[in-house]
Amino acid sequence: MDPIKASLLKKSRAAKSETRGKLISLVCISLIVFIVLAIFYFVASRGLATFFKDKVSIGRFLTQSTWNPSLKDSHGHPEVGALPMIMGSFGVTFLAALLATPFAIGAGIFMTEISPKRGEKLLQPVMELLVGIPSVVYGFIGLSVIVPAVRHLFGGSGFGILAGTCVLFVMILPTVTSMTVDALKSVPRHYREASLALGATRWQTTWKVVLKAATPGILTGVVFGMARAFGEALAVQMVIGNAALLPHNLITPASTLTSVLTMGMGNTVMGSLANNALWSLALLLLLMSLLFNLLVRLIGRKGAMNR
Amino acid sequence: MADYDLTQTHIIHLDEPKHEIALSTEKLNVYYGENRAMHDASLQFERYRITALIGASGSGKSTYLRSLNRMNDNIANSRVTGKIMYRDLNINSDEIDVYKMREHIGMVFQRPNPFAKSIYDNITFALKRHGQKDKKYLDEVVETSLKQAALWDQVKDSLGKSALALSGGQQQRLCIARAIAMKPDILLLDEPASALDPISTNTVEETLIRLKEEFTIVIVTHNMQQAARISDYTAFFHSGRALEFDETRKLFTRPKIKAAEDYVSGHFG
Repeated sequence: MDPIKASLLKKSRAAKSETRGKLISLVCISLIVFIVLAIFYFVASRGLATFFKDKVSIGRFLTQSTWNPSLKDSHGHPEVGALPMIMGSFGVTFLAALLATPFAIGAGIFMTEISPKRGEKLLQPVMELLVGIPSVVYGFIGLSVIVPAVRHLFGGSGFGILAGTCVLFVMILPTVTSMTVDALKSVPRHYREASLALGATRWQTTWKVVLKAATPGILTGVVFGMARAFGEALAVQMVIGNAALLPHNLITPASTLTSVLTMGMGNTVMGSLANNALWSLALLLLLMSLLFNLLVRLIGRKGAMNR
Repeated sequence: MADYDLTQTHIIHLDEPKHEIALSTEKLNVYYGENRAMHDASLQFERYRITALIGASGSGKSTYLRSLNRMNDNIANSRVTGKIMYRDLNINSDEIDVYKMREHIGMVFQRPNPFAKSIYDNITFALKRHGQKDKKYLDEVVETSLKQAALWDQVKDSLGKSALALSGGQQQRLCIARAIAMKPDILLLDEPASALDPISTNTVEETLIRLKEEFTIVIVTHNMQQAARISDYTAFFHSGRALEFDETRKLFTRPKIKAAEDYVSGHFG
């Protein structure tokens, strides 16, 4: 057999190393998928035990407002109403996003449309720094500055959804801003030129053309910020007051899913209802972050369609 | 690239034009930072005529065109000196309201760039920005400008449809319609057909020839046949200078400058 023919029939070293490379990356991705699935399985099995083993109805869990897993009410039902925490979590998340979005858009417009140079030199590093500050520091500052300020301005103890919102606002602002900046930057230059050439002012161009084209990207940023706010535990727990009560206003102590988890996880016995109930909260958190992710994908796809 | 004598120029002066001079520049210079991209360009544009700006890539013809309605203002570090005369007014001065000026000197770009809005909203965008609210008037303008751009028959039943659903050629004609909806005096076009197929190019050219009855048109083009077909005057640019400006017929048959001769005969570079 001639050598060329022989070499064609044999796997070369390059071909072998390619197969090896593919295998390695397959192993890596399998590991990640396995870990994610394992986490889901674990959290779900524990979290669902509340409903299947301890016979708590899902409806009651989501709508009742008394959280006291170690006690039973007069009808013998365990008191695991998660509504206060659900309300607390959504409350701080939405309020923080509501507060952060206009600031993020304003900062984004400044950094891309008005003064890109100063934006890049001054604001970019500040935003990056804000992302890097550990959440416990935010919580500590919140505890020693915002809580007294709220107490002073609105009365009460100062702990509550308002304080939590303020802390989360600062925490998610850099995330939302940097994604807003990316969204604005990705608006093609010819959009702006088309508008300017028609005699629109810079402000009209920004407001009517650039922002409109960047809306899907900005929304993605907001949802990312909300996901972060929803999942933040430590900083919120330090300022929200940690009372598992239905919040009636913004300045009475409340709690979030995460704060109840961090407060309670060391104080329950594995396998008890109190412990399982905490896992149910964790499952709820997991499902919510899944929802946020789906939302981001949905917005992304819709944005791609409009381009 | 061969070295050409850049000091030798042939720029005609329109002493007795049939129509008035709609726009002219006197010693127009454009700088990008330290880099001088345009050297003392002095050209005149007659009303109801098409003037083509030709030249190789990087010759400065687009730079020149963009400075005419001060689109170069938006580029950081750019500086434009010299006079741009429009209605006996130097519009290259700080006193001029650029936004108002661009209502009268419109521009169409190389790549079709409709907004991600409906066809109707694309055309009324500028009018609305300038405070026009009368629905009847807007409807009327949409119809007439689309007709002028030879697009009306194809889109009259789908004005609410997204402009991005149109083909490239239709999008470019929409951009032309959008620009003439403002009823400008002068229309600047920066290679409007270079991203289009030959059939769409043809339609755009026919549109332009019809439009010159009402507008003064200045068009940058890479396509010399196009310049020869549609324009009345041609300016040849090279190395950031306007070297020759003459009637299209003369410039293409008997160019006076060596560089222009090489360029129109295809021996350039």
